[in-house]
Amino acid sequence: MDKDNKTITISKHLYELLERKIQQDKFDSVDNYVEHLLLQLLQVEGSEDLDPEEEEKIKQRLEKLGYL
Amino acid sequence: MARPHGGQLVDQVLSNNQLNRIKEEIKELKPIPIDYETFIELENIAIGTFSPLEGYMIQQEVDSVLDTGRLTNDLAWTIPITFAVDKEQANLLEKGNQFALSYQGEVVALLDLEDKFIPDKKHWVKAVFNTTDEKHPGVKRIYKRKEVLLGGTINLLKRPKVPFPENRLTPKETRVLFKVKGWKTIVGFQTRNAPHIGHEYVQKAALTFVDGIFINPVIGKKKPGDFKDEVILESYNALINHYYLRERSVLVTLLTEMRYAGPKEAIFHSIMRKNYGCTHFIIGRDHAGVGNYYPPFAAQDIFDDYPDIGIVPLFFRSFSHCTKCGSVVNEKICPHSSEHHINFSGTKIRKMLIEGKHPPKELMRPEVADIILQYENPFVE
Ligand SMILES: [Zn+2]
Repeated sequence: MDKDNKTITISKHLYELLERKIQQDKFDSVDNYVEHLLLQLLQVEGSEDLDPEEEEKIKQRLEKLGYL
Repeated sequence: MARPHGGQLVDQVLSNNQLNRIKEEIKELKPIPIDYETFIELENIAIGTFSPLEGYMIQQEVDSVLDTGRLTNDLAWTIPITFAVDKEQANLLEKGNQFALSYQGEVVALLDLEDKFIPDKKHWVKAVFNTTDEKHPGVKRIYKRKEVLLGGTINLLKRPKVPFPENRLTPKETRVLFKVKGWKTIVGFQTRNAPHIGHEYVQKAALTFVDGIFINPVIGKKKPGDFKDEVILESYNALINHYYLRERSVLVTLLTEMRYAGPKEAIFHSIMRKNYGCTHFIIGRDHAGVGNYYPPFAAQDIFDDYPDIGIVPLFFRSFSHCTKCGSVVNEKICPHSSEHHINFSGTKIRKMLIEGKHPPKELMRPEVADIILQYENPFVE
């Protein structure tokens, strides 16, 4: 379950703010905290990557079972 | 909707095309027989209920979960997911090979064997259940389990036959369902019971602030005295038909083993519901507890250690019917003393039901009680 990590750059000021914040929030590194924040942000958009054909099949099953 | 745990929904179910391509190779593989419970958990891995797991944990992963409550990549995870075989069987299996997992003589999945190890059971139960007491049902199960664990990626060839198939949806399916319904926020509710008014209150209090509720009873292997699966499903259907908005509520079963691991299982339960797409999850008093092994709110306090879990836990403490308020209340909203409170005691309600009596309507909806009372014995023997 290895992560393929990539590096991104942020300003020193922002980094220090995050550093201060993780002490209150019990995150053990700024990296983890930023990853958490980004995941939270992405899930608001909630876009899923199903192929349309499969999604259509699922909708049909859900309709048949009375869920839709 | 919540992103799956780890970011991506696992899908280890082989397509028909993939199956056809490997049909002949499969016949050459050495089979490992599995029982029904294993088959069900295999399916949970394959359909992504346990995302990001793509198979059974290897030793390094198990150790990390036991010692830190996290996977080796630091993602929250509290219950090891493993596959046990006996020593004789394990001796015949060599690491680095692929094996066919067979149920009742039929190959249903493939296992790429990456690791073979014997865990320290005492250390295991202490870490997961916070006790080594053999009377604890989860501990007992681990002690009785076969010795050797096999770790590695799995692929599912065939889905198991399940009870109430119309109520079994995969995380992929619930995600489409929520999307079509336009639900952005969804609260999950875990249960092993027929619903009383207290459950309804908690669900509706949570639903008030989100788009939909995902009622997700655990069915399958039970303890004697638990409600039978059909009673749980039928009584929830009655409750939803009479007292919920159909367009705001979904009833789907979860087939998985109850571990009775209290706080550790509360985290595990949350992760599974996150994979189904829930953004919120209800945690009540003594969630997934048994006997007096866990302090009543340990399953809530543990979330302090998991601010990164990616699903919002909703904590409910006490609730009861207050005769003065004339409604269900909790400790934050009712000023009256306990003499005015009727508690939702499972034991008391159960006693009335066994005697064939309708519990008072302050405790249980008559339509729900009607369903339960249709059964000569609504409880597992
Ligand atoms: Zn009151």
